[in-house]
Amino acid sequence: MLRFTIRRLLQVIPTLLAVALLIFVIFSVVPGSFASSLMADGRTAADPEMLARLNEQFGLDKPLYLRFADYITGLARFDLGTSFRTREPVLDVINARLWASLKLAVAAMAFAIVVGVPLGFIAALRPGSLLDSVTMIGAVSGLSLPQFWLGLLLMYLFALVLGWLPSFGYGGGSWRYLILPAITLGVTPLALLARTTRAGVLEIANEDFIRTARSKGMSEARVVRWHLVRNVMVLVVTTIGLQFGSMMGQAVVIEKLFSWPGIGSLLVDSVSIRDTPVVQGTILVIVVWFLLINTLVDIVYAAIDPRIKQT
Amino acid sequence: MRRFNLNLWLGGGLVLLVCVGAVFAPLLTSFDPVFDANLMYAEEPPDAQFWFGTDEQGRDVYTRVLYGARISLTVGIVSQIINSVIGLSLGISAAYWGGWWDDLVNGLTNTMLAVPSLIFALAIMAILGPGLPSLLIALGLTNWSWTCRIARSSTLSLKGQGYVLAARTLGYGDIRIMATQLLPNMVGPILVISTLGIGAAVLAEAALSFLGLGIRPPFPSWGSMLTGARELIVIAPWAAVFPGLAIFVTVLGFNLLGDGLRDLLDPHMRSRTA
Repeated sequence: MLRFTIRRLLQVIPTLLAVALLIFVIFSVVPGSFASSLMADGRTAADPEMLARLNEQFGLDKPLYLRFADYITGLARFDLGTSFRTREPVLDVINARLWASLKLAVAAMAFAIVVGVPLGFIAALRPGSLLDSVTMIGAVSGLSLPQFWLGLLLMYLFALVLGWLPSFGYGGGSWRYLILPAITLGVTPLALLARTTRAGVLEIANEDFIRTARSKGMSEARVVRWHLVRNVMVLVVTTIGLQFGSMMGQAVVIEKLFSWPGIGSLLVDSVSIRDTPVVQGTILVIVVWFLLINTLVDIVYAAIDPRIKQT
Repeated sequence: MRRFNLNLWLGGGLVLLVCVGAVFAPLLTSFDPVFDANLMYAEEPPDAQFWFGTDEQGRDVYTRVLYGARISLTVGIVSQIINSVIGLSLGISAAYWGGWWDDLVNGLTNTMLAVPSLIFALAIMAILGPGLPSLLIALGLTNWSWTCRIARSSTLSLKGQGYVLAARTLGYGDIRIMATQLLPNMVGPILVISTLGIGAAVLAEAALSFLGLGIRPPFPSWGSMLTGARELIVIAPWAAVFPGLAIFVTVLGFNLLGDGLRDLLDPHMRSRTA
């Protein structure tokens, strides 16, 4: 098990390097340097001497492969570079925002699990019933809904019309500010979890071992608790992991909508002012998050399901 | 007896509705989506003249939603075609030729899967700047990994089949075998994933435009209409409701159509819709 864990963790590194290279290449082909966009005020041409100095200061005058080598060696020392705008280390800039993003992701996921899993379960126990149909229509709608639109409508209803909750902002970390963004972000994983749980339960309910358990006189409650739930959980845990991993990516628009000070809104803001080191760093953090969660899911999966070969 | 495929018909109906709206937009409204701004009529609630109300510049929201369908469908369909072409060529050739090319394509696919496609598209938009051509490139280059995987695994199982060997014996070239013998045998699953992909691209376009990185005002993209509507949601909530509803209906249509096609083409998949 330990060997499997270490091997899986090591497998993350080449993917991470590939992503770093990809991001680096994409941002290096940008026509027009950051220095010129920083200097440009739209009226006068930028002073070439000033430009050269800025380029030198940020190391932008070196050839591409040297810059990539610098970047990778920096990464190995957890140095993501320096923000063009604030001149602070990118890692500090991201660190200051990470906590808010984590809080939002955990809250959204908790909401999705608490509502989605039981809903899918109940729907599957009565396939074809009204509740089942409503849940499934709700699930496919949830997957088609533009989240930021839902967020906008929730903001309108609960903050502006009813006045129950604050409309946007962080509120110094107050939980009241967390509710609307968390629900908005949680709707897609909720819909997916309800669908997965239902499909899993329906599939496993038709397996031979369930029929055997019933025919040997096991009570229905015990069949569900002992055989059904345990087997469905494997599938549900995987879905939760995958959704949790991609949540940082999905949160970008929601964070921007609710002015939530997480790394998603940091990414959007940095993109619009072309603060490339911060953009690269933020994307890398989102990818690391995704890869780590996926690896964790694989490890947990291998631990609870002995049929998976640990090679 | 075959069960009535509700997903297929409902999804197809919604997609058709949006297509009709997009194609016949000039016949379905008497306003212009960009130039008919009139501050005299700003922020009017829905009535007989303005079915969906007006926005902050007095433009008819119904007209803008209709013309917005053109942008959404163009972005959705064109970017998905680019994705399909990339995914199919990489996937089929990787599995058919194998070797270092297969390793390279696999590595690239895994890298692409590790970056959320919206984040990737956002990075590309950051470089190319806003606008329709950038959107097509950004969304067309970032969502081909699943197509590639399906094409690769189909090819792996097909390339040992008798008719592929027969074609090779007859002296067909590699490219010709891939195009005429392998490609037609994976149309079903590719059609399903492409239909779902169009829905995803419509959502992504709306999100990017909402962030101000996609289609810029005054052009009527549903996403950028919502950016404007956010500021005046208290006085003109209809300006936020209808563009969002249009995105929802379109994406729902493509998602249902994709599910319906899957049921139609592969009955075994019916129980596993997750």
